[in-house]
Amino acid sequence: MGNASSLLTQYDIEEVQEHCNHTFSQQEILSLYQRFCQLDRNGCGFVSGEEFLSVPEFAVTPLSQRLLRMIDGLNFKEFVAFLSAFSAHASLQQKVEFIFRVYDSDGNGKVSFNDMLEVLQDLTGPFISEVQREQVLTRVLEEAGYSKDSSLVQSDFLKILGSSDLKMEVEIPVD
Amino acid sequence: MSNLKSSSSELDFDRPNLEDYLPTGSIQEPHGKLRLRDLLDISPTLTEAAGAIIDDSFTRCFKSNPPEPWNWNIYLFPLWCLGVVVRYGVLFPIRVIVLTIGWIIFLSCYIPVHLLLKGHDKFRKKLERCLVELICSFFVASWTGVVKYHGPRPSIRPKQVFVANHTSMIDFIVLEQMTAFAVIMQKHPGWVGLLQSTILEGVGCIWFNRSEAKDREIVAKKLRQHVEGADNNPLLIFPEGTCVNNHYTVMFKKGAFELGCTVCPVAIKYNKIFVDAFWNSKKQSFTTHLLQLMTSWAVVCDVWYLEPQNIRPGETPIEFAERVRDIISVRAGLKKVPWDGYLKYSRPSPKHRERKQQSFAESVLRRLEEK
Repeated sequence: MGNASSLLTQYDIEEVQEHCNHTFSQQEILSLYQRFCQLDRNGCGFVSGEEFLSVPEFAVTPLSQRLLRMIDGLNFKEFVAFLSAFSAHASLQQKVEFIFRVYDSDGNGKVSFNDMLEVLQDLTGPFISEVQREQVLTRVLEEAGYSKDSSLVQSDFLKILGSSDLKMEVEIPVD
Repeated sequence: MSNLKSSSSELDFDRPNLEDYLPTGSIQEPHGKLRLRDLLDISPTLTEAAGAIIDDSFTRCFKSNPPEPWNWNIYLFPLWCLGVVVRYGVLFPIRVIVLTIGWIIFLSCYIPVHLLLKGHDKFRKKLERCLVELICSFFVASWTGVVKYHGPRPSIRPKQVFVANHTSMIDFIVLEQMTAFAVIMQKHPGWVGLLQSTILEGVGCIWFNRSEAKDREIVAKKLRQHVEGADNNPLLIFPEGTCVNNHYTVMFKKGAFELGCTVCPVAIKYNKIFVDAFWNSKKQSFTTHLLQLMTSWAVVCDVWYLEPQNIRPGETPIEFAERVRDIISVRAGLKKVPWDGYLKYSRPSPKHRERKQQSFAESVLRRLEEK
């Protein structure tokens, strides 16, 4: 039986590895490919937002809508690149960069007070009032030496998050 | 008044509580003063999302796992080719003939019985029951079903309901050839639907449309009436509400467990040595599924009629349903997952997200107070 995985040649896999800075092994990429084909139900070569949402465990995470903006319509190479931040081989810098991108919704390289407020809103929903959210955020920003008007760049994020150990790893099932 | 009340609770009929099953506290509760880092660090949520993209228990339930190709090597290849010729060239035509004969016998008896014995309801019902069992035996024969039944054969008795795990429409046929169950099932299109509305309705089967809330209400009402009737056929429910690949069980709908009657669990396990009996209704029609079964060597399966269970004092219908699911899963060797099978057709309710948001919000507020 011709399995779907045999459709990828060594060249293809190496190319994908190149694209994700060798954060995944060849076996892992094969597994991801099988998963990709499974998610891409209509087999058109990319996974639509609708298809991502059909995974209930993904749909229930508070950040799913925000993430969808990043992952809607990914082809396989982009799919692997997106997930590379969650590899055990990814550097702290890569992981922080990923988090930064989630915050920086307009992609201008700066995270403003509003960007942070929006993410906080996604995370807390209706359980903290608008006013309270702003107060909380202003307070912790000031305590960390920033102000409400300062916008954070990637190096700030690295400084803030880099000291802690980020647990951002997902194991890929390899059979 | 009490009628109105019960009908509104029937709307809940198909909504089990996911919260009761999901593990809590996947995101640990840190302590100490709230710092900017704690607010900006969204890695736990991101990891959860990425984990679900890479692998999730829900999709695994509906993935058809083709049988391991045990006969696939160069020495056995000629034999395998011969097998293909035999299966398609000899077995398949014979099976088609057997099935056709079955249908001819069935229809030529069923139609006169149904039309002529209008006055003798009891007698007519009995004959119809036998005939439905007969045609199901023909179906099982048409895929050389090797079915082993374990445990006592169900008898007709009021106030009892049978529940089984669900892999394919053929579950129903396999069980029906032994006992004419009245079954609750999704209304299907095409020739299956035609059979449903003509013949199977005679055995007391109840059909509904998954997506219609109104239908569910009617079904719940019919259910109650049916279990009360003394000489109605025993009721069979597939509480998962959808076909699962026979490796997992998804959550049971609590409807069958709220009727206040004895629940008899039935476990069905297919052996995949020749063919995968899982019907992936999104990928293939029932006809293709049947053809696939009819061109394989045999369908091998085990059916266990298990110890009847009653709701314990103080037990909620959901807990009862879980207990029965445990019994079935253990017997058939299936893994349990905390998902509602209907998520195949709809999105999870925002409730689940809100719960996560609430726990995060509470932890933020609590830590804000701490110094």
